[in-house]
This record gives sequence, C-alpha cells and structure tokens, in this order.
Amino acid sequence: MSKKKIRPIAEGSDWTVEAIERYDAEIGRVARNYGLDCYRHQLEIITAEQMMDAYASIGMPVYYHHWSFGKHFLETENRYKRGHMGLAYEIVINSDPCIAYLMEENTLTMQALVIAHAAYGHNSFFKGNHLFRQWTSADAIIDYLVFAKNYIAQCEERHGAEAVERLVDACHALMNLGVDRYKRSPRLSLEKETLRQKEREAYLQAQINDLWRTLPKQEVVEMQEEERRFPEEPEENLLYFVEKNAPLLEPWQREVVRIVRKIGQYFYPQRQTQVMNEGWATYWHYTLLNTLYDEGRLSDGFMIEFLQSHTNVVYQPPYNSPWYSGINPYALGFAMWRDLRRICETPDDEDREWFPDVAGSDWRETFNFALSNFKDESFVAQYLSPRLMREFRLFAILDDDTRKNLHIAAIHDDRGYRGLRRTLGEQYNLGSSEPNIQVWNVDLRGDRSLTLRHFLHDRRPLGPETEAVLEHLAYLWGFTVRLEEQLPSGNVNLLFEKKSEKRRREG
Amino acid sequence: MTVRIVDRRQDSKNKSSINRSRFIQRFKGQIRKSVADAIARRGIRDLDNGEKIGIPGKDISEPHFRHGRGGKRDMVHPGNDRFNTGDQVERPLGGGSGQGKGKASNEGEGLDDFVFTLTRDEFLDIFFDELALPNLIKRQLARVDEYKRVRAGYTQTGVPTNINLVRTMRGAAGRRVAVGGPYAARLRELQEELDRLKRDVPGDPDIERIEREIACLKARREAIPFIDPFDLRFSNRIRIPQPSTQAVMFCLMDVSGSMDEQKKQMAKRFFMLLYLFLNRNYEKIEVVFIRHHTAAEEVDEENFFHSRETGGTIVSSALKLMQQIIAERYSSSLWNIYGAQASDGDNWNDDSPLCRQILGESILPCVQYFAYIEITEGAPQNLWLEYERLQETHPECFALQRIGEVTDIYPVFRELFHKRLA
Repeated sequence: MSKKKIRPIAEGSDWTVEAIERYDAEIGRVARNYGLDCYRHQLEIITAEQMMDAYASIGMPVYYHHWSFGKHFLETENRYKRGHMGLAYEIVINSDPCIAYLMEENTLTMQALVIAHAAYGHNSFFKGNHLFRQWTSADAIIDYLVFAKNYIAQCEERHGAEAVERLVDACHALMNLGVDRYKRSPRLSLEKETLRQKEREAYLQAQINDLWRTLPKQEVVEMQEEERRFPEEPEENLLYFVEKNAPLLEPWQREVVRIVRKIGQYFYPQRQTQVMNEGWATYWHYTLLNTLYDEGRLSDGFMIEFLQSHTNVVYQPPYNSPWYSGINPYALGFAMWRDLRRICETPDDEDREWFPDVAGSDWRETFNFALSNFKDESFVAQYLSPRLMREFRLFAILDDDTRKNLHIAAIHDDRGYRGLRRTLGEQYNLGSSEPNIQVWNVDLRGDRSLTLRHFLHDRRPLGPETEAVLEHLAYLWGFTVRLEEQLPSGNVNLLFEKKSEKRRREG
Repeated sequence: MTVRIVDRRQDSKNKSSINRSRFIQRFKGQIRKSVADAIARRGIRDLDNGEKIGIPGKDISEPHFRHGRGGKRDMVHPGNDRFNTGDQVERPLGGGSGQGKGKASNEGEGLDDFVFTLTRDEFLDIFFDELALPNLIKRQLARVDEYKRVRAGYTQTGVPTNINLVRTMRGAAGRRVAVGGPYAARLRELQEELDRLKRDVPGDPDIERIEREIACLKARREAIPFIDPFDLRFSNRIRIPQPSTQAVMFCLMDVSGSMDEQKKQMAKRFFMLLYLFLNRNYEKIEVVFIRHHTAAEEVDEENFFHSRETGGTIVSSALKLMQQIIAERYSSSLWNIYGAQASDGDNWNDDSPLCRQILGESILPCVQYFAYIEITEGAPQNLWLEYERLQETHPECFALQRIGEVTDIYPVFRELFHKRLA
C-alpha cells in the first residue's frame, strides 16, 4: 500500500454524536460510490438494556406485550450477564426510514462498523431484494406495529389480559404456518388499517354467520353434494384460515389473529434470506471500511479493532468443535459474496466452467442481479462455487433412521460438488425444513370439526410438541380438531384428535 | 444531508418490565415452588441474594409444528477432516450437538430447565406474597441514634495512620513514569547519537555537547521525587446513620428425647422462614437460640440444631430464660422482639398452665409477635390447649399452628403471617 497521509475521520475510542455523524457521512459517500441503493436511515442510540428489549421483541421498536417476550428478555439477559454473548451490533429494522440501533457501550469503531453493516449493508438489502420489495412495506410497518400494540392493549382492557394472552399464545403457536408463501398481502397503513378494521369486523362476522347457517330448503341440494369439501382447495396458511373461518371467534379475536399473522408474514422474507442478507451486510461493512482505510481515513488502531470483531463474526467452527451449531450464516454469506466478486474479477478455469455467465462479468451488475432475484435456497444453489466448498470443507451426511449408520453422501470433491450444493440449498428451503401441514377439511354439516393433514416428506415425523400446538388450534377453532398424516403411498393415518368443548359466545 | 441521530437512552427505560412481570405472573406457581426448594437448601442467614430459578422447559416452551426425529434427512456440515464419500459413520450418542445432528438439537427435546435469576426483591416478593408482619407499630419510632463507619474510597488528605500505601505508591510510580518519560526518550536518542559519533567521527565537537546534555538530563531525571505530597492517598471512612430498626428473634425449641432429627429439621425450616421474613423488614436482626428439655440454656446455632439431649420436658424453663434475656439485653423500647417456639407438644402436665401464665403476663406484652408451632401428628396435648386459651385473649400477637410433615411448613407459615385486615 502506498504511503498516504492519514487524516482520520475521528480520534479516540469514545464516540460522540459529531464523530458518528462524520463517520456516517464518509461511509455514505463510499457506499454511494459503490452504487449502493438505500432507504434513508436513522441512527438510534440505546442502552444495553434497551438492546435486550429489542432482542426480546424481535427487534421491533414498538410491540405488543406478551409473557414470551419477557421470557426471551430473561434469556438474553442471562446469557449477556454471564458473558456468553456480546450483544449483536446489528439490530436493524426494515422500515423506511431504516432504523439502526447503536448501543451506547460500543466504542467508536464498533459504531462505525454498525453503521456500515446495518445502515448501509442491510438497508440496501431490504431495498433491493425482491422478497422484501414484494412482501413487506417498509414505509408502513412502524405504523402497523403502533396500531397492533394499541389494539391489543385495548383488547386487554376490554376483555382482560388473560383472555388476550390465551389467544396470542395460540396464535404464536401457529405463527410459522401463518404465512402466505405465494401471494402477497395488500399494503398496510395505520389509517387504512384502523378505518377498515371496524368494517372488516362487521363484514366478517356476517360472513361467518352465513357460513354456519343451515337453511332447511337447501338440505336436499346439499345431500347431493355430499362430497363437496370445505375449503375446496387445501389451505396452507392456518392462521388465515382461522381468521376467516373459525366459527366461534369474536371480531376482536379475529383481529388479533390477523395482527399476529401479519407480523409473521412481515418476517417471512428475513427467514428466507438469512445467509444472503447477513452475508451482504458483512461484505459491505468489510468493503466500505477497507475502502476508507485505503483512502487513509481510518487509523491502524481502528482497523485492528474492526478486523478483530469482523473475524469473530465470520468464524465458522468445524463440525466437531464444541462451539459448532450449524453453518454460520455470516460466514457462509460473506464468503459467497466475496467469492462471487472474485469470480467476476479474476476467474480461473474452474470458475469459467462452472459459471460461464458470471465469470469475467461486471461485479456490480452481477451483485445487483443476485441481490434482487434470489433467496438463500436459490442463492446457494446458484452461486456456491467448488472452491468455497473446498475452503469450508463441506460434506453431506445422510441420516436415514432405517439404516444403522450415518452415511457420508458427498464431500468436497469432483463427484460431490453438485450434490453438496443441492443439499445445502435444500437445507435453506423453509418449505421443506418446516412440516407441510394444510387445512384439509371442515365437516360443515356434521360436528364442524377441522381436519389438518401433514404431508410426510422423507418420512420425517412431527415433533413432540405437535399435540400442544393442536390444543392451541382447537382453542381457536372451538370445535374438534384432527391431525392426519398422509404417507407418500397415499395412505392416511389419524395422528391426534383434540375434542374441544363448545364454547358459547358471551352476549 | 446529514443523518438523523436519535438518542433513545432516556426513553422508556424499563420497557420490558411489563413483559418480565407478565412472565413471572404466569409462572408464579412454578417459580414459587422453585423458591421453596431454594429455601430448603439455604442456611438460616444466607438469604441475602437473589435466586437462580429453574422452570422445567416443557412448562414454558412455546410449541410450534416442527419435525421430530427420524425419517431421512440430508445435512451439510463444514470442516471435513476425515470423511470420504460413501463412509459409514456411527451415530453419535445422544445425537445432540456435534456431528450428524446439528439441527436435531434445535428440534429435539429442549426440555432443559429454563434458568433465570430473580432479583432479591422479586425472590422475596414471591416468597412472601400476601404475607404481612403483624404489629409493625414500633417500626415507626425508628430513631437515628447510632452511626457506623464505612469505607468510602480515597481522599488526598487525612491522618498518617490512614495512608493507603498501595494507592500512594501506584500514583507515585505513575507520576514518575509520566514526568520522566520525555527525559528517558531524549536520553535514549542522545545516547544513540553519541555512540554513533564516537564510532564514526571521533573527536567531533558535538560529542562534548551531547555528553553535557546527557549529564544534565540525568540530573533532572534524578530530581524527580520518589514520593511527592501530591501522591499521597488516604483511605476514607465516613459515618452513615444507622436507624435502629432492629429486631431480635427468639427461637425456642424442645430438644427432649421425643424430638427426633426429622422434627428438628422441620423446626429449622420454620425458623429460617421467620428469619428471612423479619430480615425483609429490619436492618438488623439478632437471633437468640434457646433450647430446653427440663432445663433451658442459650446456645449457638450449631448446637441448637444438632446436639442431642434426652429427658423430660419443662417448657416454662425456656420461657423463663427468654423473659430473663429480654430483661437483660433487649429492652423492648429499642427492640422489636419476635418469638417462635417449636415443640412436639409434650410437656409435663403441671407445667402447661405456668407456661400460659408466663407468656401471657410477661412475654406477650413486650413482643411484637409470638408464634407457636407444634410438630406432631397426634392429638393436641395440654400445652396446645393452654395456648389456645392464650390466643383468645391475645389474638393480635399470638398465633399457633400445627405441622404434620415437611410440606406443611410453608402453608402453615403463610397461615401464621397471612395479611390481616387492620
């Protein structure tokens, strides 16, 4: 590196508002040079306790109250106090303006790192990735959360905290299966939401009442339609189905179900893009700060502190390490983005063979394309290079409970690359890592019982918690709930049946 | 455009406290059980801390639809150091973390206890939820008539006996380094220069100049004082007022042959609870242990609980001793006095009316509260019957309960101190 005069942006390790502003301006300048497209952002300075708060409420600045958040808070606090974890430097909220939290205990270096990572890295990911663009409305989420919090607080006042808690418990249990995977929900907004909420209440209730009304003169016709199913097509969004069709829920309960569902939906893209998103943000904090260093705007001390924490973040313990807990998304994501740039800029023969379109292309364009159009599953399947598989020394294990031993299905060699890549991509496919459970049928003319069906994949059974979840569903539904399991052969077994006592609506 | 920076440190400090208290509310039953277990483990005075509380993971888990174990799954792991395609590997035992089942640990049992720490206040709040000390009248006369001296950091002035050597020397060393540093650096430079000149150009006139400067610098450096008055540090002590909210607790126990080890353990638990409870209300508590069979004596805690005696029982001996100790050491205008008596109910028949008389006439008037527990499963005996009459005449400061087995202790204790409407 050529010897340049160092004009550090700011001195010392204690941060000041002015220093943060200067860093932000400089990092922003470099980011714009790289063509990063971001939402406006806002930096918020918070205490460690507030950070733990934010953890507990999945990073949201406003959130409704629930005991489970208290539990998560205690968990976090415990681990933090014992020193098992540093608080992450990156809680960032996918909103417009994008909010990034800076913890007051952090040194100036860490603050700069957070700014680069969250306010520019994640921020541009939120703005660029198609899942976020399609599925979330950054400009409206905070409003919606305010609405949700107020609404649930009102419900607690009116119907008692206990009743609300019971309901939210049940919704949380089904939250994973409360997302639309294929069609986007309409945009959210506080005003519209409040306005429409009453309308929806009235309308929905009318619908439900209608649904359950048995009109004597239609009976004959219905007899002929004995085979007609409800819903006509299986429904995978359980919470949506409950919200729209559960016979005994009161209007406010439907609204609460809706709130939990909407928020779950909002986080769905984050769950699908962990590797890409974290990798992207890590790649950019690394690149932006290194660029500033090359320009002579950062001191050596700054870089050493920065690199130390960067290295910790992207550390991947091997499978036999006591610290191993799966593949570190930061490590994999960072390595993949970096590798992608290498393939663009200095491809070797292997890269040309594997990535004919990418090798030698303009890396910014390739980055933008990858950023916009992929999620973890497809990103890995598309861009994981043999070189990285060798670097990570990846290997695939086939665990089949009908065999006595584990079987090494593929390793990082010529025979294994494609298999490895496919397996790893599939590992990030939420559709296959979560059980496929759908609403199968409602016995409209009989006991109103609800039947779910679990489609067995690779013979993987449901976990021990299943019955408890079913209980929650039965509470929401108000009548008997059944869970069946469909084997690949087409045979169907009944797994559980939860009889629910009929609850009469009060008033 | 400059970025917006918002300082949120001041707002909504305890935002999560609602969630936290809801959590505690919800699991109160389990938490209370853990607290009761915790009490059983602790020593009688070792109650000043919060408590780590474990709640069974299954009670507290938030269930979701997930895959369980079994079936067929493919997993990719990093860090291959020994495997080749087609290798067969034995399943790791337990299948928890480590190779093969990284994911399973997320999905699997998760039944480990959820452990968290209650603050001391939360701990005691839960423990003594809905309980109140009866007769808190004397607390109000908490006068400040005593002071105690406590350490309070260091000062730069003081009397020689209070000099803190470590702090002083540390300061001096720091000062010497700071003041002498520039001289040392300059000296090193000059010395190098001198060596170079001597080697390369002997006879250079600069040599003499440099040697003079070195001598001058050395002199200056040596002039730095080893200790400067500025370095002196004195341990500081301040007086803080000691309000006299003090209490004394009398533990009276029958150690005659009929009280076996198990009964003593139960009595111990009970005394412990009482101690803990008083400790919440008073700054300072003294405990007086009186054991008795046919004669009473004051003993220390160890002897109180663990020595064995045999023989008959004369309860009044202990009451007399208590009365005497109060008169000698704990004037009832300065002390809040609590008494707790544990016995299996045996007493020499003629003695029981005497007990009632001593308690009713001399002891109850000067104590805040006196609790009697009878550890027995048999029918009540004459002591109980006499005491029952006492309760009728002194309902505000006397209570009695029977304990059959260990699990009764906490409920009985709660019964004794249950909040009463004033």
